[in-house]
Amino acid sequence: MPPIIDVNHLSKEYELGRSINRENLRELVMRNLNPSEWGKTPEKKSKQSRKFWALDDVSFEVARGDVVGILGRNGAGKSTLLKVISKVTDPTKGSITLRGRLGSLLEIGTGFHPELTGRENVYLNGAILGMTKSEIDGCFDAIVDFSEIGRFLDIPVKRYSSGMYLRLAFAVAAHLNTEILIADEVLAVGDIAFQRKCLRKMSEVARQGRTVLFVSHNMAAVADLCSRGIVLDAGKLTFDGSAKEAIHLYIGMMFQKHGTPNHLIDLRGALDRRSPQGKFLQAIELYTGHDEPLVQGLFVGGRLKVRVHFNLPFATSVFDVGLGFNNTVGQRVFTAHTLFEQDRDPSLVSGPQVMVCEIPSLTLVPGDYVLRVWLDVGNTEADLIDSAARITVLESDFYGSGMLRSDGMFVLDQRWSLGS
Amino acid sequence: MPSSFEVTIRPHRGWQPIDLREIWLYRELLAFLVWRDIKIRYRQTLLGALWAVLQPLIAMLIFTFIFNRLAGVKSDGPPYPLFALAGLAPWTFFSTAVSQSSNSLVSNQQLVSKIYFPRVFIPLGSVGALLLDLGLSLILLALLMVHYHWPVSLNLLWLPVFIVAAVLAASGVGLTLSAFNVSFRDVKYAVPFLIQMGIFVTPVIYPIRYIPGHWKILMGLNPMTGVVLGFRYAILGSPSPWPVMGLSLAVSVVLFISGLLIFRRMERRFADII
Repeated sequence: MPPIIDVNHLSKEYELGRSINRENLRELVMRNLNPSEWGKTPEKKSKQSRKFWALDDVSFEVARGDVVGILGRNGAGKSTLLKVISKVTDPTKGSITLRGRLGSLLEIGTGFHPELTGRENVYLNGAILGMTKSEIDGCFDAIVDFSEIGRFLDIPVKRYSSGMYLRLAFAVAAHLNTEILIADEVLAVGDIAFQRKCLRKMSEVARQGRTVLFVSHNMAAVADLCSRGIVLDAGKLTFDGSAKEAIHLYIGMMFQKHGTPNHLIDLRGALDRRSPQGKFLQAIELYTGHDEPLVQGLFVGGRLKVRVHFNLPFATSVFDVGLGFNNTVGQRVFTAHTLFEQDRDPSLVSGPQVMVCEIPSLTLVPGDYVLRVWLDVGNTEADLIDSAARITVLESDFYGSGMLRSDGMFVLDQRWSLGS
Repeated sequence: MPSSFEVTIRPHRGWQPIDLREIWLYRELLAFLVWRDIKIRYRQTLLGALWAVLQPLIAMLIFTFIFNRLAGVKSDGPPYPLFALAGLAPWTFFSTAVSQSSNSLVSNQQLVSKIYFPRVFIPLGSVGALLLDLGLSLILLALLMVHYHWPVSLNLLWLPVFIVAAVLAASGVGLTLSAFNVSFRDVKYAVPFLIQMGIFVTPVIYPIRYIPGHWKILMGLNPMTGVVLGFRYAILGSPSPWPVMGLSLAVSVVLFISGLLIFRRMERRFADII
């Protein structure tokens, strides 16, 4: 069977600084009034017009039923790729063949009109997404149920809270019944509970054997939904393989970008910090296993050792260090703190210090976690860095069952038996 | 549900034909866009759809007073208020349709840059939505004719032809201007001015017989000349010069086709520069 999506040497060129270099209306008219200029392309006014390839010779195939995650930094060309596939913009070179009806969700709620009621917007948005009226009629109740809008259905959406608005918008999009679905960051909406519901819906879609292209910065979602991953970097396709490998590659790229290719992270120049008493935090080191530097990630249930370097400008014994593990949706899943340690050394210290935290078994589910580090001196906040490091937890057979599945946030030791 | 559906996306250059199959596939969306424009046009207004009637009605009253009473402009047969309204109804439709459709792409930026459907629907939807207003002002005209005991003839059968011509003219101009408006926001400033001038080169206020002989045919190059003359011919039975109307009708068709072609040619860059 031929692939359902066939991308062939696709390139897309954009021009920067177009507003300066572009022909203005007067020049356009003058050029077209001169018959000798007809059929010619306009000369570039300035040699400085900077062009760049948002997509550069990208080729790949997608088989029917594949769920493909597209990864890359901001500006790598992910959104451009989806825009070209969904016909929003023309490619500059190359071609794409689609062998199925395509639904695109580059943004949820496209075409929602604030003056129209929820009910009216469901129909309008559905039609814009390519559904027929009878198709929308068919799933209208399901959409309303899913959105939890209830009695607000018949008031204008401009009176909705942003959460309600997003829920309704996602609900319409989720019921799009095309063979190919392409989605860009649609999951980044609403509260945690609704995000979970969206994710469940997405994996339901993926299991129905439909073909999905999925762009997201939420690695947990990509790992959960996608079987295959494609990594783009500066418009070029740099990796095409399993989702798991693609995620590792992408995380590696992210760390390179942040200039911390290793386990030692310099905190002195950290931007997202709050330092009421001063920039005391200096660096952190991350280790796993038998003190191997943590670079690629650690496996579920693996050992984590964090060494926090900081300065104490005066002698004190009242100071504490905290480590917060936030998941990619910004939810705190675990906090480690020196207050929980019973055998603290009570002596007075000053100058450079290292506080070592050891977690024998980090039982967080696979995914990315952002590490927040803070230092309290004299029981008040001294220095805090919001995203000091990113820790990737990799899939492993934690339970020894041969299965990698792990829903929820933690894996915990458990025993099961048939009771009497 | 596997299907034999297959499309290939590749770079487009030069003039593009209209993809009729695609238009057919998306036909319901056009209806939805028209419905949306109608729904939202008079939302949160006190008078609602009355505005559609008030505009030509008040213009008719003012024109009757200034041009007929003060300046002594005569109609071509029927009472001047009927004459003026029969011209103002299609003119108001045309001018509103052009100004709204020429702005339609820019005011629907999100639709253009985030999703694909036949984009001609955006300006065409704006034009389509105004047909309701045209219908309402024609009802007003009918009531006025009853008031003046002015008879209707079989000429009325011609009315659909001129309504179609008005739609083609407004769509043609709207498509072209909306496409240019994406790159050149000059359009936004030029359109109100052009419309203001337009009423003077269209026989809305005065009858065509005021125009000297050979200039008449030049008036025919204005597509709205034929539409206005046609409305009066069909509804009021006014005498109308067919060569001028025929030329106007042809210009409407040409404008529509060229509008579609220009739009299609510029369409591929919309999402990048809007």
